[in-house]
Order: sequence, then structure tokens, then C-alpha cells
Amino acid sequence: MTDAKSTATPPASGLITLTHGGDGIALIVIDCPGTSVNVFSAALTHELSEAVETVLGDPSVNGVILTSGKAGFMAGADLKACYPAIAAHLDGHEETPLQFPEENRLLRRIETGGKPFACAINGTALGGGLELALACHHRVLSDDPDTRVGLPEVSVGLLPAGGGTQRLPRLIGIEAALPLLVEGTALNAEQALRAGIVDALAEPPGVIDACRRWLLGRPDAAQPWDKDGYRIPGGAGPLAEHAMRSFYAGMAKVRQRTQNNYPAPLAILRAVYEGTQLPFEQALDVEAACFRTLVQNPVARNLIRTQFIGARRHAALTHRPAGIAAQPVRRLAILGAGMMGTGIAYAAAAAGIDVVVLDATPQQAAAAAAKIRKIALRMGGKGDPDAHAAAIQARITCTADFALIAGADALIEAVFEDRAVKQRAFADALRYMAPGALIATNTSTLPVSGLARYVDDPTRFIGMHFFSPVERMPLLEIIMGEQTSQATLAHAMDLARRLRKTPIVVNDSPGFYTSRVFCTYVDEAMIMLREGVAPALIENAARMAGFAVPPLAVLDEVSLDLQKRVVDQAVADGLDARFRRVQAQPAIEAMNRIGRLGRKSGGGFYVFSDEGGKHLWPGLAELFPVAARQPDVHEVRDRLLYIQALESVRCLDEGVISAGQSADIGATLGLGFPAWTGGPISFIDSVGLTAFLRRCEALKASCGARFDPPASLVGQAREHGSFYVEEGMMPA
Amino acid sequence: MYDAYIYDAVRTPRGKGRDTGALRGVTPVSLAAQTLAALRSRNGLNPALVDDVGMGVVMPLGEQGADLTRTALLAAGYGDTVPGYQLNRYCVSGLDTINMAASAIMAGQIEAAIGGGVESMSRVPIGSDGGAIYADPSVTARHIYMPNGVAADLIANLEGVGRPELDAYAARSQQRAAHAQEQGYFDRSLINVRGPGGEVVLTRDEAVRPGSTAEGLARLPAAFEGIGRAGFNAIALQRYPELERIEHVHTSGSSSAIVDGAAAVLLGGKAFGEQSGLRPRARLRAYASMGSEPLMNLGGPVPVTRKLLARSGVAISDIDLFEVNEAFAVVPLQYARAFEIPEDRLNVNGGAIALGHPLGATGAMLLGTVLDELERTGRALGLVVLCAAAGQATATLIERL
Repeated sequence: MTDAKSTATPPASGLITLTHGGDGIALIVIDCPGTSVNVFSAALTHELSEAVETVLGDPSVNGVILTSGKAGFMAGADLKACYPAIAAHLDGHEETPLQFPEENRLLRRIETGGKPFACAINGTALGGGLELALACHHRVLSDDPDTRVGLPEVSVGLLPAGGGTQRLPRLIGIEAALPLLVEGTALNAEQALRAGIVDALAEPPGVIDACRRWLLGRPDAAQPWDKDGYRIPGGAGPLAEHAMRSFYAGMAKVRQRTQNNYPAPLAILRAVYEGTQLPFEQALDVEAACFRTLVQNPVARNLIRTQFIGARRHAALTHRPAGIAAQPVRRLAILGAGMMGTGIAYAAAAAGIDVVVLDATPQQAAAAAAKIRKIALRMGGKGDPDAHAAAIQARITCTADFALIAGADALIEAVFEDRAVKQRAFADALRYMAPGALIATNTSTLPVSGLARYVDDPTRFIGMHFFSPVERMPLLEIIMGEQTSQATLAHAMDLARRLRKTPIVVNDSPGFYTSRVFCTYVDEAMIMLREGVAPALIENAARMAGFAVPPLAVLDEVSLDLQKRVVDQAVADGLDARFRRVQAQPAIEAMNRIGRLGRKSGGGFYVFSDEGGKHLWPGLAELFPVAARQPDVHEVRDRLLYIQALESVRCLDEGVISAGQSADIGATLGLGFPAWTGGPISFIDSVGLTAFLRRCEALKASCGARFDPPASLVGQAREHGSFYVEEGMMPA
Repeated sequence: MYDAYIYDAVRTPRGKGRDTGALRGVTPVSLAAQTLAALRSRNGLNPALVDDVGMGVVMPLGEQGADLTRTALLAAGYGDTVPGYQLNRYCVSGLDTINMAASAIMAGQIEAAIGGGVESMSRVPIGSDGGAIYADPSVTARHIYMPNGVAADLIANLEGVGRPELDAYAARSQQRAAHAQEQGYFDRSLINVRGPGGEVVLTRDEAVRPGSTAEGLARLPAAFEGIGRAGFNAIALQRYPELERIEHVHTSGSSSAIVDGAAAVLLGGKAFGEQSGLRPRARLRAYASMGSEPLMNLGGPVPVTRKLLARSGVAISDIDLFEVNEAFAVVPLQYARAFEIPEDRLNVNGGAIALGHPLGATGAMLLGTVLDELERTGRALGLVVLCAAAGQATATLIERL
């Protein structure tokens, strides 16, 4: 590698090191102190710029290798650091929107400075990290199976603003580049090589040497797009052979997927279409202009604060009670091998926990084992799916013999939603559990404090409400019973993290947070049906709003007899009217009476066909006559959004959930609430509190008192007009 | 205002728009030149009297680029002094050039003009011209070009027109066209087309399928399912959310056929006719152009007709014959419903489903067709209307003399 003559020039604050080998090749190593991944910060830009000027001005340097001193290469811009600028500009406190002129000058200098740069991509390079690599004249990528490269900015409502929208298409053609930019796909090493994003692969220790060999061959120090006669591969503009596919069909696909709620894919399409028809410098200006539109759109702020910052805070257990020692779970007992139980079992085994799954009979236990194997095969793991499934199954025992629980230090109950059934299950299981074990229930509707009566130690009892399908849904709703201890909460959160779930913490109350808000969504749809709103209009309005699944469709998935059971239980428990779903009861009753319970009963609001499709049941018009005058689709959309936002505020007011950000996480990750809103609380902030309240008044007048805004909101509007509490947004 | 008269109309028969089509070997400039030559020779026309010539060309590039009309005029020996232009308003272009000629005559600015169109879809295929409305994201984020067939299916869904009705209409178009061919109803306007060697290559519209039945058409697959699923169904539902989904009902059998062809119509004032010894066949009484919802794409004919009737003071019941371009079967069906037009007045000799729709030329072809039929049956008023993309339409009212 380097010889005895190498000299190190450590820059001021030490984010990079520059060494100069006697062979004329300089090595720049990026290693930002205090973080596990490199991020493209202003400080890094500054230091890199200085280093680049140094090597460009040094006559003894013929070529430069750029690499990272960490396991990964670089993760891109520091979103958490960028966020305050984005939020401040949107709130009107900051004049200039976020922009990256220094970074782009640096990248342009690297590629036009006159000396060849080779990027030794020793690990994952995302966003700005990949953009840095693209500005180099040669790229060698580590062929480690964990390595990923991509430009994922679209998923936080932004676009790659370091020339990514212009370099990637110029390198591999528009047709190949557009889907990667618009969907933010991350590729593995093989895929990156095949796509032409990198020039070669090498085993991790050999990446730098491969770059060195290339540089010693005295290569060109010019990018293809800076050479005379350059033509973008496949052509650009509307007459390019691919234009109807990439731009025309590409736009249709985007508009279908995003329902016009997400500006980023549209801005990316525009940046690529226009920029690739221009000289490079002008193209970068187009990219910057398109980026400006995104950074001034609330959607980017919403996505970043909830999906990026909020979700990470919750997944990292920022809200875990302090000072409680960990008590890692080694052996987990799961009661009930239904859809939930088997999903939880998979998640636990995948996390390396030994699992015992209990069901009523040996036959059901065997069926459970088969179900878990299917999940494992679907989830695949990193290598061979069969090997993954075998490894999973090796950790799981499915049985009807409670004695096999012995020694388990945690239990999750996931049996039928009936108190008697749960009581029996606990009674059977607890005698085998280790003392002080964590006992959790997956109930979605029964009060946790009540179920706590069935266990010996209510302080060790807690709700852990998973979401289906467990192997894919990241949300976990942790419910504090009246007597649940802080230690139990901490341990439940620890378990959540091990299971790779993002936990929100709520207090015990009918429906907790997620089920309660979910009910307002589906109930609003059923109320509209009874008013005579056309079912197609309801479903399409939900799709247009960006909900993952429209309300009548989701009712068919979770089934209508479950809704009836929830209502009957609420009535039997003597709950307050607002929990008895009074206005939805007639529709629930009507569907139950005729046996149309949903998918599992062969049909509900929808008719399910053998080929896998479905359409709305024509008989609905008889049950719920369609009114001659239909509401505007925007009103239907607003009703579905606003009712959940209002219920979320009520949950905050009542102390069911303590932070707006947690409500946002719960709704977007667990209920399919439109991600572009950032969640129901973020939605109120995006609309603007005053406008939101005005709309509530209108909806109240036309639809009913349930749209009456809580006093807390009205008070906040009067006091200071702003609403959202930014948690954990300021950089450390 | 002066009267604008229609003195003559000619058209080539339509060749199938594919490699095996009879006009595949004839260049667009030759097609256009042959119609211009025919107009001239049939009428003993002194070309120097022609003040302007416009031709509709919807794909104005390659062989159809660089002002094909002027090129064809030179090729047809019209001489130095006759200017020509080409025009693109999608499928109504051939009618628009006739209206433009008429309006200049009515305004007293010119004495004689030719309007028409030419399209060789086999040599310069549809979609050759790119276009911002297809490819430019700053436009298509809001105003993307709705594929014609998906738009037709959308209209059918909104109107409640089902597959059987569309297939029945299509079969009738084929039967009527075949009958008209047999009876020679098209003979007055048709010219023979000569190929590169001077040989006659086509004498009649070759796309017609005389044996077509509704039962046979019912077996064809819905043609626009795939492109609908690629995102355009979702875009339609964003605008029409009262529909649960888009049911695809049009097939290749109930859509206009892709063909090659050219047409030209001679218009002039009274003085021109007297000077040239020509008797006017009809008067172009009024015309209108209009736009309507671009997403629905093909919904222009009904509103533009209302506009034309209001301006001209004519009632629907006054009009004897209608030519409503059969871009897709639903278009004339929707039109007939909206105005309660009986079957025996609408597209009585078939339409583009059977005969074909050479994009830039069709407007002029329909005008000749309705004029011939008015003369054949001794009737008076004819209306020609075509839908054009992005919701546009043009209608023209003529009165046989």
C-alpha cells in the first residue's frame, strides 16, 4: 500500500485524513468522529474541499483515492441536521430555503479539477454518499452482501440535490436511472455493477487497491458528460426511443401510486426530463430549482419529522424509562398460534430468541409450525430461504403441552379476544413461567388493567399490541396497565427493539390509541353509507387521500363480526356512549344480520372472486340506498382525515397517549394513515390550526357533533396559533 | 360577409395502415399531390386562382414534415404562386383547414382555397412526434394525455354504454360501409391512387370487413386493459371517483381503423365559380371549434355542436345527415343519445370503424361523404363533427345547393 515516504496532513477538526503515497496516489479517508456512519455535513464539505484543493495543487499527486474509514461509505446528508432549516423556512422564520451550493461546487471540482479520482466504496453508499462517488471518475464497490447503494431521498419527500438526478442518468441512461430515483431503490453490489453504477466489485479489503491500480494506469480525468461528442445513453427528451416508457408511462405510474399527494417523484421526473436536455451546469440549476420546490412543500417536512426522525427516536427507545437495567429475554412463550401468534413467533426467532408456541391441540400446534415455516420462506433472510426457514424453525417449538414453557422469562398472550379464554390461558401458562417474568397480552380492545387480574403480579403485566402481518408491520403499541411498573415498561420496550419493532407507549383506555382511532375511520365510512354516499366514492376518496387501504375494504379484511363483538363488549362493559360506536351500529348490525362478514365469510362490502380480484357488492345499494345528490370527493376525503385527527387530539387530551409524535407514528405505521401528512397531529399542523378549526366547524354543521373540535385545540389557536411540538428535532 | 361555397371534394380510398396496406408504398407527398392533381383535373381548375391551400397533418415530421402542403403543391404542378400550410389540431385538422378556407372567403380576403388533409399512418406512425403533453412532467403532472382508448372506455362507463351496444354499433358501421361501397355511393369522391411506378394500387377503401357481426366482434379482447392498468385507470378515477373502476369495453373492432389516405376540398366565393365555370355544390354555412375536459379527451362533439347550433340558429331536427367521426364506437352513440338523433341520419354509410381514420385527412373525407349523400338523397343540411384529443372538437354545417 503506502510506502515509507507517505505524509499525513490532518485537517483542522479531523473528519478526514489525507495521505500521500510515494506512487503519486493520494488517499482521502473520511471518518467522521462520534458517529457510526459518515454523513455529508457542512463541516465535511469544507474539509473535503480543502483536501481536494490540496491534491489538485500538488504536482506530485497524479490521482486520488476517496474512501471511508468506517464499515460503510457514507449515508448521505445529515437529515436530522437539515430538518430545523426545513421546518424554520416553512414556518416563515427563515428566509432562505435549504440548499447545497458548496457541496455541488465540491463535486464539480472533483470531476473537472484535472486529476482522476477513484472512489473506493468500501460499504453502503446512500444519498449524498453515492452522489460523491458518482462525481469521481471511477468507482469500485465492496461485494459484501450487506453493501447497498442508492438514492433514497424520494422517500423523505426530497430529491438527490448533489447532482444525483443529473449524473445517474448521464451515466446509465434515463430509462434505467428514473425508477431508481423515483422509487429510491437500494441496490446490492451485483445489481449496482450490472446497472453500470459502479465500474467494478472487489472484496472489502481489496477495494482501495483496485482503485490504486486503476489510477496507476494514468486514466482520463474527465467524466463522460464533460467530453466532446458526449451523448446520453439512450437519448433524452420526448423523441428518445424510451420517452413513452420512462416519461409517459412513468408519470402515469407515479400518479397512480402517489395519488398526487407526493411532490417528490414529480419533481424528480421534471429534473431528469429537463436537465438531461441541457448542458451540465444548467442541468444542476434545474435540479436545484426542483429541490427548492420540495423543500418548501410541507410533505418533505412531514415525512422527515415522522418517518425519519420520529420513527427512529421511537425505535431507538429514546422514551425508555431511565436507569432500569436490561433483562434480556432468552426464552419466550407465546400463547395462541393464530395469525398473530405465529407472526410474533417468527419475529422472535429471527431475533435469536428461543420460542415456545402453545395452542389447544397437537394438530393446531403442527399447523402453527407449518404457518411459521411459510412466513420464514416468504421473508427469505439474506441468503437461501430454505436455510433461513430451517434456522427459524430450529428455535421454535410448537406444542399443546404447557409444561414445555418451563424457564421462559417472557410470555405473550395472543389467544382469542375473550376474557374467559384469556383467563384460562394465563392460568394454564403462568405456573410454568419463571418468577418475575414479563407477561404481555396482544389484546387490541380489552382493557389491560382488567386482564391484569388474571396474572399473579400485575406490576409485571403489560399490553404489547402487535399489528398484522407481524413479520412486516413495524409498529408495536405498548399499553400500560394501572399497576404496570416502569421496569416492566422498560423491558417491554427492550423486547420491542429486539423484535425490530417501533414501540409507542399508551395508557389503558378503551381501544387504547390505535384501535380507537381505527374505529373512527371505519365508522365514518359506515355512517356515510347510511347517509347514502356511494360506496365507490368513499373508497376512492380514501385512496385519493393516501390511505393504505380504503375503509370498506379494510372492514372486510378485519371482519364485521369482530366489529359487532367489540360493540357488544363495550355495551356489556357499560362503557361511555362515545366508545359504543352508536352511529355505526346500524350498519354493523345490518351486515352481520345477512352474514356478510368480510373476506373470511366469502364476502362483505366486497364480493371476492376466485381469481383474487374483488368488487363492491351490488346488493349494497339495497341495504344502503344511494342518495341522488352525492358529496364532493374532497368532503369525503376530509371527513376520513379529520375524524381521525380529532380523535387523536382527544387521546392526547385524555392522556391516553402522551406525545403527538407518538400518535403520528402509531397512525402512520399501524393504521395506514397517509404518510404524506406525517400523521394525524402533523396533519393538523400542515393544514394550519386556524384553517383546520374552520373546516371542523363546517363539517360539524353538515355532518354532526363528532367533528366538534376539542377545547384544547381552540385554546391553542387563540394562544399562539402554532400547534406541533417538535420533539428531539434540534441537533445534539 | 360573403358566401363560401364548396365546389368539389375528392379523396383517396383508404389503405390499411400496416406493411401489407395497399398505400404502404406511396409517399405522403404523393398521396397529397394526387388529390390536389385530381381536384385540378376534374374541375379544369386554373391553379393560379387558388389563394391558399391548407392540409391537416397530425404527424408533421419526417416524410410529413417541412410544410408538406407546399411541397405537394409543387409536386402537383400548382406552380409558384400557390402557398400552402399544414395544420395540426389532432383528428379534426382536415375539417379545420376547410373552415379556415371558408372563413377567409367569407371575410372577403380570398376568392378560392383548398382545404384537406393527408396521413400515412403506415409510414409515419401515430406517436412519432413526441410532444410535451406526453413527456413533459411539468405538464403531465396535471394534464397528461389520456390514451384515447381508455378515454373512450371512461365515457362508455359514465354513459352506461356496455360492450354489446358498442359491438352492435361497430357491426352496423361495417355493414353500412360495405353496402355503400357496393352501391357505389362513394364513387363520386374517390380517386384511384397510383403507386411509384404509375400503376393503380388502390381504388376502394380496403379496411372494410363486410362480414362483420356483433357476435364475431364480441369475441375480441378489450384493447385498452393493459394501458389502463399502467396508471391511466387510476388517473381517470381521481377525476371520476363515483366509478368503482374503469371497465374496458372497446376493442380493435369498435375503434377506428388505422389507415393511409388523403383528401382535398375546393372552396371559393361566387365570383370564383362564375369565373371558372363551376357550379357550387354546397354552401358552408357555419362552423365552430371548442375545447372540453382534456382528461375525458373525446367529449368535444356534443358541446361544440351546441355552440354551432346556437350561433347558426339551426335546430338538430333541421339537420338531415350527420357525420360524427367514429374514433371509437361510444363517440357517435353518446352523440346520438345527447341529441336524440335517429339511426337513419347518423353515419348512414358507415364510418371510421369500417373505413379507417387517416388522422389529418378524415375531417375533409367526412365532408365529402356527407355532401355526396345529401346529393344522392336530395336532402339539404349536413353536419360534420369530429372529436380531437385533449377534449377538442370542430363541427361544420353545410347546405346542399
